[in-house]
Amino acid sequence: MSISIQNVSRRFGNFQALSDVSLNVPSGSLTALLGPSGSGKTTLLRIIAGLETPDTGTVLFQEEDVTEKAARDREVGFVFQHYALFRHMTVFENVAFGLRVRKVAKDIANARVKELLSLVRLEGLGNRFPSELSGGQRQRVALARALAMRPQMLLLDEPFGALDAKVRQELRTWLRKLHEEMHVTTVFVTHDQEEAFEMADQVVVMNHGKIEQIGTPQDVFDHPATPFVMDFLGNVNVFHGRVKAGRVELGPFSLAYDAYTHEEPRNATAYVRPHELEIDRVATATSLAARVLQVNPAGAVVKVRVFAEEYGVELNIDLIRDRAAVLRLQSGDTVYVHPKTARVFMPEPEYAI
Amino acid sequence: MGSPKHRRRSSPLPGFASGLTVTVAYLGILLIIPLGACLIKTASLDWPQFVAAAWSARARSAYFLTFSTSAIAAVIDVILGTLLAWVLVRYEFPGRRLMDAVIDLPFALPTAVAGLVYSSLYVKNGWFGQFLIPLGIQGSYSRLAIVLVLVFLGLPFVVRTIQPLLGSLEGDIEEAAASLGANRWQTFWRVILPSLRPALATGFALAFARGLGEYGSVVFVSGNMPFKTEIAPVLIVQKLDEYSYPEATAIAVVLLAGSLLALGLISWLEARNRRYAS
Repeated sequence: MSISIQNVSRRFGNFQALSDVSLNVPSGSLTALLGPSGSGKTTLLRIIAGLETPDTGTVLFQEEDVTEKAARDREVGFVFQHYALFRHMTVFENVAFGLRVRKVAKDIANARVKELLSLVRLEGLGNRFPSELSGGQRQRVALARALAMRPQMLLLDEPFGALDAKVRQELRTWLRKLHEEMHVTTVFVTHDQEEAFEMADQVVVMNHGKIEQIGTPQDVFDHPATPFVMDFLGNVNVFHGRVKAGRVELGPFSLAYDAYTHEEPRNATAYVRPHELEIDRVATATSLAARVLQVNPAGAVVKVRVFAEEYGVELNIDLIRDRAAVLRLQSGDTVYVHPKTARVFMPEPEYAI
Repeated sequence: MGSPKHRRRSSPLPGFASGLTVTVAYLGILLIIPLGACLIKTASLDWPQFVAAAWSARARSAYFLTFSTSAIAAVIDVILGTLLAWVLVRYEFPGRRLMDAVIDLPFALPTAVAGLVYSSLYVKNGWFGQFLIPLGIQGSYSRLAIVLVLVFLGLPFVVRTIQPLLGSLEGDIEEAAASLGANRWQTFWRVILPSLRPALATGFALAFARGLGEYGSVVFVSGNMPFKTEIAPVLIVQKLDEYSYPEATAIAVVLLAGSLLALGLISWLEARNRRYAS
């Protein structure tokens, strides 16, 4: 079932949680709402679920306007950040809850619960209470409970936020696989870009109650629409410089920039990801001299931190291991850095009065 | 002393030894010694004398009255107290803080005052009595009167037990129930109420225990008619007035045994339900 959000706004007291947000979630897709805390992503998810009503705007499921429809009539599976399991019920009864309140015949309900418990790999634990489970197991109970009524869509609020790294990784892979098998329209909220990119078909980056960018993970990563997106996707090096006549000048660096061909120079900011910086032992005309501060070889890439004294900036550079083996960097070495590419954003021009 | 393997680990918190000493001394002086004295005094009676004092028809009627009125009052307290706690926790309204403060009044009010007020309200010319007595409702000098005053005294115990738990119940379990299709009634009945069960049991036990021991107010409202409205503590005081100390303690021992049995039963039921709360 597709979801369509049209011009939705929501204010809490003085805080504008969402302002004029529009979004389409295609049927059967897996969409991530990504943003820092306070960006409005959870409010948007809760509005889709019917746990919150928008001040203005419309929510459609397929063609149907559900803006005024109560949460319990929306047939949406919701997984809460802290699971919200019923403490006084066994795992089995937790999963059965939706079936019980909808008066599903007992034998059918019990069979469905057994099926779900095996789906989330908790077969033997039906008689346990939530307090007797680990965090990852509780998460899976919450998921099974949300799926019990075969909902049209599944909404998850920071689903793996409270889990440790290893369990989180396992659950991500597992949930992605589950989604491929069931094809239920799924929307989840996260502040972790890695999680969003790894799981989602569509990533929605949010900030200050607005959508900054919607796209596939590749799109968003390769072509960030705004400086915020670039910044939020993590670990970038920022350069301030000028654009002029199809080139961008960033201190000693100069790169082609087709988007601005005027002769009159303008201020611009360039963002360069750590893996887009190159290190050399010899100086070239367009490279920047820097001193190596730290080399961290533990990981898939070798992380190098350098300091360019001339400009007073610290840069993060990722080297592939082969290249690092050739360079054999030591802290204190002087090296020469240049960017392979950069994303340039120009602020709105300031007109003189 | 102990084997060298069991080296004593010192707790990061100071004062365990002195704390324990004070606690044990306190328990001894205020609880165990008086209760022990009570048992020793009772032991001066032989069995037939004990039965005559503590198990007479009049005494049995008084026990029954004490336990039944306390239990009924505690049940009413649990229902009213839950409602009150719910309103205080869940709604913002003008006067909420005042209402919250007034709940504790029965803790502070001398119980004799409560007794006097209740009896004067429900007598023939009292504010309530002038309307209720023509309807056949005797709110004073009756068993109903005892229940009414015990409800008043027990209420804060229930409210104060339930209030914090209700406040700490995550709002998201109600939302979870709603998103799973439960209506408000189902949410309350299947989710909220069962989560409160341990607190309800504790509140019941406290209000019940309060009722069993109550004397000051009941003497004023009940009329103390043997076989009708005479409660066991009143009987004890009467024995004391007659200088029959062993008989008085005999009744006290039966009352004590009954109380321990009842409270033990409640905490056993509670423990059985507690598995999930750990």
